Amino acid sequence: MNKVMSNKWIIALYVLPGFMFLAVLVYIPIVLTGYYGLMEWHGLGEMKFIGLGNYIKLIKDEMFWKSAYHSFLLALFSALSLIGYLLVALILAGRIKGADLFRKIYLIPMLLSSVAIAQLWLKIYHPTNGVLNLLLVAIGVEQPPTWLADPKIVLYAVFLAILWQYAGFYILIYYAALKNVPSALEEAARIDGAGPWQVAWKIKLPLISGVIKVTVVLAIVGSLKYFDLIYVMTGGGPNGASEVMASYMYRHAFKSFDFGYSSAIGFFLLLICLVVTWLIRKLTASDDHVQYS
Amino acid sequence: MTASIRWRKLFYSLIYIPLIAVALLQIFPLVWLLIFSLKDNQEVFTTAPWALPSTPRWENYVKVWSEGNINVNFINSVWITTVSVVLTVALASFVTFAITRMQWRLKSLVLGMFMVGLMIPVHSTLIPLFSLFTKIHLIDHPLSIILTYTAFNLPITIMILLGFYYTLPREVEEASIIDGCSVNRMFLQVILPMTTPVMVTTAIINMIYNWNEFVFVNTFISSDKYKTLTVGIQNFVGQYSTDWGAIGATLMISILPILIAFFFLSNQIVEGIAAGSVKG
Repeated sequence: MNKVMSNKWIIALYVLPGFMFLAVLVYIPIVLTGYYGLMEWHGLGEMKFIGLGNYIKLIKDEMFWKSAYHSFLLALFSALSLIGYLLVALILAGRIKGADLFRKIYLIPMLLSSVAIAQLWLKIYHPTNGVLNLLLVAIGVEQPPTWLADPKIVLYAVFLAILWQYAGFYILIYYAALKNVPSALEEAARIDGAGPWQVAWKIKLPLISGVIKVTVVLAIVGSLKYFDLIYVMTGGGPNGASEVMASYMYRHAFKSFDFGYSSAIGFFLLLICLVVTWLIRKLTASDDHVQYS
Repeated sequence: MTASIRWRKLFYSLIYIPLIAVALLQIFPLVWLLIFSLKDNQEVFTTAPWALPSTPRWENYVKVWSEGNINVNFINSVWITTVSVVLTVALASFVTFAITRMQWRLKSLVLGMFMVGLMIPVHSTLIPLFSLFTKIHLIDHPLSIILTYTAFNLPITIMILLGFYYTLPREVEEASIIDGCSVNRMFLQVILPMTTPVMVTTAIINMIYNWNEFVFVNTFISSDKYKTLTVGIQNFVGQYSTDWGAIGATLMISILPILIAFFFLSNQIVEGIAAGSVKG
């Protein structure tokens, strides 16, 4: 049995095809990105080795730090919004009629393409014919904001669309985790006189702390590398007011064809994502791991 | 006693208010999209946004389907998504079987590499991939996106499959081996058929991801004849930026397949999305 199941040829035959995809199209490129970052290279033509030049330029690039600030701001908002999603999931996981239908409705925006969602929100935010401003005018606002054209508001307007798209995803994850908490524990606590808030705070939340950790990583890292809605809705504008790290990198790569510098940005983005993932895991690591059974 | 029951009932009905409010928030923009996709500009600009169209203009849909390249883009999305999904689920099944059922030394390292793949930003791979595909003449070729979709979806697919494979009883393999079954036959004829439900789940999740993917197509594909719907609608909307009905119809066409799939397969989709993250 063990001999058959450790046949090296079969293992190689099964693992290598999938692993080659991962190695050639994911891992080798990230190494190359770091390497290209050391070059002056404009896509066509020869690369010229310039050492750490691009990375030094990056550290001094105010526009990059502005976009990094926006990315971290999005990460902060996404992480904070998790509290709201957790509350909705807690309500939903109580004995609510139609809980299944609710969580399905919440999920719909996350399933649709970011391009379609972005185009839809462009229309929602349209200054004169968008549904948002028509609503504001209808309730008596005389000078509704121009949303995406206003550099002070544009970033938050785009954030709102992003949070709207992902809300159902997190509610669904929390709901699934809460449904895994054995009802016997809840009943025992109730008999001992615990109210619904105590049950939630002292019993349910500790039991799903592992899942909460995963969602914090997903929300923060997902925000740091976020691109789609921002690129389609504003392209980072007006005048960089909604630029994030990924859109800044993309603009340098495929609008200015500055492949060397944008590779440096791409590599830096990768480092930030990996370091932040590691940091969150480190900070939230705990010895007293709670188990259901 | 009766008073306390009445209070409790009132409290429980109040709890529905936030739930319904969130549901309305999530669904209203889409309802508005459906409404304006059936109007002409005249009506969009003069009637209330929530007013139903006087006569629904289905011709908006007919017009955008044949004008521009929406029909070509749609067919591209269908076949590129299908090929990538089949390839991803097949490769991932082989890898997951070897990782969960076979004994070898490097398996936790290999699994770890697949899982870290989930955290890697697409943008950190774009330029090397672009230059690789240019060198091997796959730029502006559908294979470039099929291959990248497969590579980038393997981690999440394996993650969902893992949970299911771990629950399969060992006795299945033992019995097959004692019966003189080879590993290949055991996997292909005994194990793989048992994983059909989870393969369906991963296939649906992959389908949604590929159907909606934007960055890779936008970067690697430049000919209209190979573009998929996401990039297609982006170009189309750019050209017809003032025709609200046409834009609405285009967006509806692009999201309808997913909405229909969700209507029939919502349980699998919900389970797949939950399994992909909760068990991680």
